[in-house]
Amino acid sequence: MTGAPDVLLLLVLVTDLFIVASGRLKACVRATAAQGVLLAALPLALWVPRGDANLAHVVVIGVGALVVKAIVIPSRLLRSAREAGARREVAPYVSLHVSVLMGALLVMLSLWLARALALAPAAGGGERAALLVPASFATVLLGFLMLVARRYAVTQVVGYLMLDNGVFIFGQRLVGAVPVLVELGILLDLLAAVFVMGIAMHHIGREFDHIDTRALSTLRD
Amino acid sequence: MVLALLVLVPAALGLLALVWRQVRVQLAALLGAAALHLVLTAAAWVSRPPAFGAYLALDDVGLLFLSITSVLFAAVAVYAVGYLTAPTHDEPARLHRFVPFLLLFLAAMTLVTATQHLAVLWVAIEMTTLTSAPLVYFYRRGPALEAAWKYLMICSVGIALALLGTFFLGAAEAAAGAAPTLTLSGLMRAAPAMPRPWLRAAFVLALVGYGTKMGLAPLHTWLPDAHSQAPSPVSALLSGALLNCAFLGVLRFFQVCLASGDAGFARTLLLLLGFVSIAVATAFLLGQRDVKRLLAYSSVENMGIMAVGVGLGGAAAYGAMLQAVGHSLAKAGLFFLAGNVLRAYGSTAAGEIRGALRRLPVSGPLLLALVLAIGGLPPFSLFMSEYTIVQAAVGGGHPWLGALLAALLAVAFLAMAAVLLPGLQGRGERRGGAVREGFLAAAPPLALAAGVLVLGVWVPPALSRLLGSVATSLGGAGS
Repeated sequence: MTGAPDVLLLLVLVTDLFIVASGRLKACVRATAAQGVLLAALPLALWVPRGDANLAHVVVIGVGALVVKAIVIPSRLLRSAREAGARREVAPYVSLHVSVLMGALLVMLSLWLARALALAPAAGGGERAALLVPASFATVLLGFLMLVARRYAVTQVVGYLMLDNGVFIFGQRLVGAVPVLVELGILLDLLAAVFVMGIAMHHIGREFDHIDTRALSTLRD
Repeated sequence: MVLALLVLVPAALGLLALVWRQVRVQLAALLGAAALHLVLTAAAWVSRPPAFGAYLALDDVGLLFLSITSVLFAAVAVYAVGYLTAPTHDEPARLHRFVPFLLLFLAAMTLVTATQHLAVLWVAIEMTTLTSAPLVYFYRRGPALEAAWKYLMICSVGIALALLGTFFLGAAEAAAGAAPTLTLSGLMRAAPAMPRPWLRAAFVLALVGYGTKMGLAPLHTWLPDAHSQAPSPVSALLSGALLNCAFLGVLRFFQVCLASGDAGFARTLLLLLGFVSIAVATAFLLGQRDVKRLLAYSSVENMGIMAVGVGLGGAAAYGAMLQAVGHSLAKAGLFFLAGNVLRAYGSTAAGEIRGALRRLPVSGPLLLALVLAIGGLPPFSLFMSEYTIVQAAVGGGHPWLGALLAALLAVAFLAMAAVLLPGLQGRGERRGGAVREGFLAAAPPLALAAGVLVLGVWVPPALSRLLGSVATSLGGAGS
């Protein structure tokens, strides 16, 4: 387990746990931005040293991820948080201690799952980074944890973003299979999703004076 | 070229409507896009358009779902003109918040049907969520916002899982020794050599992800909220076209499983989720008080029936595809009628509606006809398809599944009839006499009801051939 990609992936795992553990909304969003920077560097670290991938493709993906995941979306989230007058705490359903404990368990589950589903190293990039598949699974699972264990709309979007980051990590096995246009389409979809969510949060904030999702449970049978 | 135009025309007109807010432009863009889309789809029937570029290609399954979308959109466009310009409507000036998104929504759904690249398919399905969410919260009231928020979050999260499933397929394709392409043909070629755990994991993720969007229980929780809070023409489009598009996502993965020679696993899962959906939907149909929620749960039930049909295979796959056609026509018509009822009674609560047969001389009888149609009674199209599926289940060595399906369908029909039929009877003179229904409010549901009736008696040979070849490509048999 050596090399730049594995170091990056290890840092991704650290940001995952930091997001789950942090009690402040701003810190949470900033950690998401940091994770975005790590993800932007990942394709470069994975594919440039070998020199067998289309360099322009890899750079475009890296820059795209940097702009979308590390700059635009986090700043939009911070704005949503300010606009909607969200308090600075993350308002967990599950206490932070328990969240961290569950997070650690989910990371271990991911390591086990990646071993159990061991993929024969072939044309993919699996052999280039031992942590690629487990880090991907862990980010997805911790994203789920954020989605279900937090009350504010902003933190739920952070969870969705982590989920998407996890999928992005797994997608790095397939550079070349997904055409660059489509990959940018995926990033653009994510961007649009967060913007539409941001607009929805804006209206929710005006309608209910807060963005606590507990208010959003009147529709039922 | 035809394929590119099919996607680009509504997208371009949608962008035009986004910047040019004049009412006349909005209406022209809406009707123009609907008409052009219909013409282009008809052209695709006359001669199958060749693949365009690397991403656009239309096969039989795509053509079927494209046609459903196109016909439904035309009906929705006509109905929406009347709906949005009605004098009783709060602010007709809100047109510019409606038409552009509706057109972009159409472009996204068209792309879903016209691509065989699974990553493009994913991008398109996510686009359908994003373009339709503003339509769901068109009214910007608290409940509509709640519905839109749930819709956005639940579907986006679900679809993110489907992307993971798509990447799993790519990894499996690479592990099979091929350069990963993520195109349907490439995946189907590589399928026999794919490592089974990854292929199965990919199918599970796709079924959960796209199944969420398709409204399969227990992942359907967004669906009744979104369908009941959205304006009626949007509900019609969500239920009749969007759910099918999500189903198409599942079917693409199913086709790869079929090509791998290991479809038993996928069939079992489709049957399981299908039956759970029918059972859960039936439970919520019983004693449902809101007409639009009732229709939404009926959609969950129908998507379940389609999943069961594809899961059974054989002639049931043909039945499932016919069911998709019949359900789309009937359900869109029912949502239009729910809109008319809402306008006449100011409510969609079943208890508020009395004497609809007299008060709404066109919509009332149509409502009666379409309730019978969606309940699967002869001579309507859904009777034919449901009968085909039940018969295929019994004939294919699953008599218990067939009996269970028939029993659930009967209960679901009784539950719907028990809620809706009392509202049709009675005099209802307390609220005044018959309401004048405009042509634009009455013609679209009338046309759709006629379609459901005709297809129940006679399936045109061209459609029958298409349904047969779609069923064959889904591991079934033509009828």
